Amino acid sequence: MAGELPFEKPLSDLRLKIDELKKLGQESGIDFTDEISRLEQRCNQLQEELYNELSPAQKMHLARHHGRPTSLDYIGAIFTDFIELHGDRLFADDLAIVGGLAKLNGVPVTVIGHQRGKDTKDNIARFFGSPHPEGFRKALRLMQQANKFGRPIVTFIDTKGAYPGNTAEERGQSEAIARNLREMAVFGVPIICVVIGEGGSGGALALGVGNRVLMLENAIYSVISPNGAASILWKDASRADEAAAVMRITANDMVDFGIVEEIIAEPQGGAHRDLAAQSETIKEAVWRHLQQLSKFTPEQLITDRYDKFRRIGKFREPEPEDGQEQPVSEPAGTAQV
Amino acid sequence: MFKDLFHKKKYATIPSAQPRTKPDIPEGLMSKCPKCGNIQFSKEIEKNLKVCPSCGHHFRLNAWERLNMVLDEGTMVEHNAELESEDPLSFPGYAKKLEAQKESSGLRDSVVTGEGLIGGFPVVVAVMSFDFFAGSMGSVVGEKITRAIEQAHEKGLPLIIFSTSGGARMQESILSLMQMAKTSAALAKFQGEGGLYISVLTDPTTGGVTASFATLGDFNLAEPGALIGFAGRVVIEQTIRQKLPDNFQTAEFNLQHGQLDKVVHRKDLKSLLTKLLDMHSVKGDIAHGG
Repeated sequence: MAGELPFEKPLSDLRLKIDELKKLGQESGIDFTDEISRLEQRCNQLQEELYNELSPAQKMHLARHHGRPTSLDYIGAIFTDFIELHGDRLFADDLAIVGGLAKLNGVPVTVIGHQRGKDTKDNIARFFGSPHPEGFRKALRLMQQANKFGRPIVTFIDTKGAYPGNTAEERGQSEAIARNLREMAVFGVPIICVVIGEGGSGGALALGVGNRVLMLENAIYSVISPNGAASILWKDASRADEAAAVMRITANDMVDFGIVEEIIAEPQGGAHRDLAAQSETIKEAVWRHLQQLSKFTPEQLITDRYDKFRRIGKFREPEPEDGQEQPVSEPAGTAQV
Repeated sequence: MFKDLFHKKKYATIPSAQPRTKPDIPEGLMSKCPKCGNIQFSKEIEKNLKVCPSCGHHFRLNAWERLNMVLDEGTMVEHNAELESEDPLSFPGYAKKLEAQKESSGLRDSVVTGEGLIGGFPVVVAVMSFDFFAGSMGSVVGEKITRAIEQAHEKGLPLIIFSTSGGARMQESILSLMQMAKTSAALAKFQGEGGLYISVLTDPTTGGVTASFATLGDFNLAEPGALIGFAGRVVIEQTIRQKLPDNFQTAEFNLQHGQLDKVVHRKDLKSLLTKLLDMHSVKGDIAHGG
């Protein structure tokens, strides 16, 4: 099986055995039907076991699979009449982010996404899907355009993070991300974000302030890559699998935290097994949410989005009156200098 | 023989009863400047607003040192002091580390927020403290900053945030990341309706804090030499496979690349803030001559 991940090996080994047995049966004329059906049964069982209980690390590997569909794959399959638009009008055209106009079921929308490369050359041109400030500013320009013309915005999130480079810093990487976060909060058009692969840190969030955030079943979303976390925690970036387990990066975790509204199922074995089927389920979900949001006024859309993000966070807030909760060292509530 | 008599040592070496010790200087009496290496009385440095008298290096301030320095004396009223971090992910070692940080810093999280006066002008103020968890932003920082913005909005007061941060707090994972969106969205509302926000970036301000509220000021000011950036130097050097210049990501570097309005010496900071507040409180009447 092409592009198989290490944890999928037992399955492909079994499939190989079945194929061998079938071939042997044909060549020798011996009847292996029973053995084959027994093995096929075992194969199906294994498949269920393997894919129904994927660990966070296994999902991370699926999310990073080199064959996983990219934004442009989905744009081509879900929308019609895509017109790609380029440039931030300030410095350059960052190919790590693509965007433009397209029609979804006949309705014009603005669609934007991180874009990984398909091969090495493409990846170099696209900085492996890690944007520079000009990428975020291109996205912002297209979103402002959408806002002006009352078009809904659909974004696809798929990046390891903003590009860590000296020129990116010089041109204001931080400011570019921050500005997107602020501006996206007050657009009066529906914004639907879909995390399709890796949602890495601020570079992902810069396209992620939506009324609805949807997430593919095996996609991940995190503040720092599990590799980065492992190198901070244990001074060993190779322990990413362990870090993935403690960081709560899966779609289910995102639903628990109130960050993601809906998980979009993937074909068994991951999105790369069936682009057409995956595109169809994404299209269905995006369209359904868009239909709901189309009933909102611009003000309602802004309030809806604000309230969603305003709620996120977990902390303790002891009542100032409650003596038991208060530390004895200093007065709570107000303090005078 | 006889001669030796005159060459006789006129002193005797008595072995010291105790091994030689270093001069007895109380802990903290002297401080070494990390930039120029000069060793000076800590008191001298304190008196000089914690700026090295020899080379002008700005030492880091914790939240209360900053508040005492910038706000009019006795005017600070702290808000939301009771907010405390949870361990929402049951992240290995987090709860324990939080306790240790509280102990060592005397703070409950890495930001202090409230209201006070600067040069007589009422302001809402938020000051981050690098001595608590490297000033990292988790749910508590995001919530307190957001409440401060909302408070400034409700009361029609200017907002001043002093940032210093190592970035988002990894131990709260995605919840930390989302605080960037939460604080920025609150700023969108506040600034969109005419609110004045002055951001002062201090050493060091990096990662998720730089990529959210810290760079969104109507005025972005910084202290000399402050490290300000998104990605870390080491990560960048590994990515581009080049050594970066010494001044990379300093306040001066950011100023040169158009990312800041001004780099301000600590001794001039309060008067500049007062001036800015004044310019936004007086509406000149041009038609009738000022």
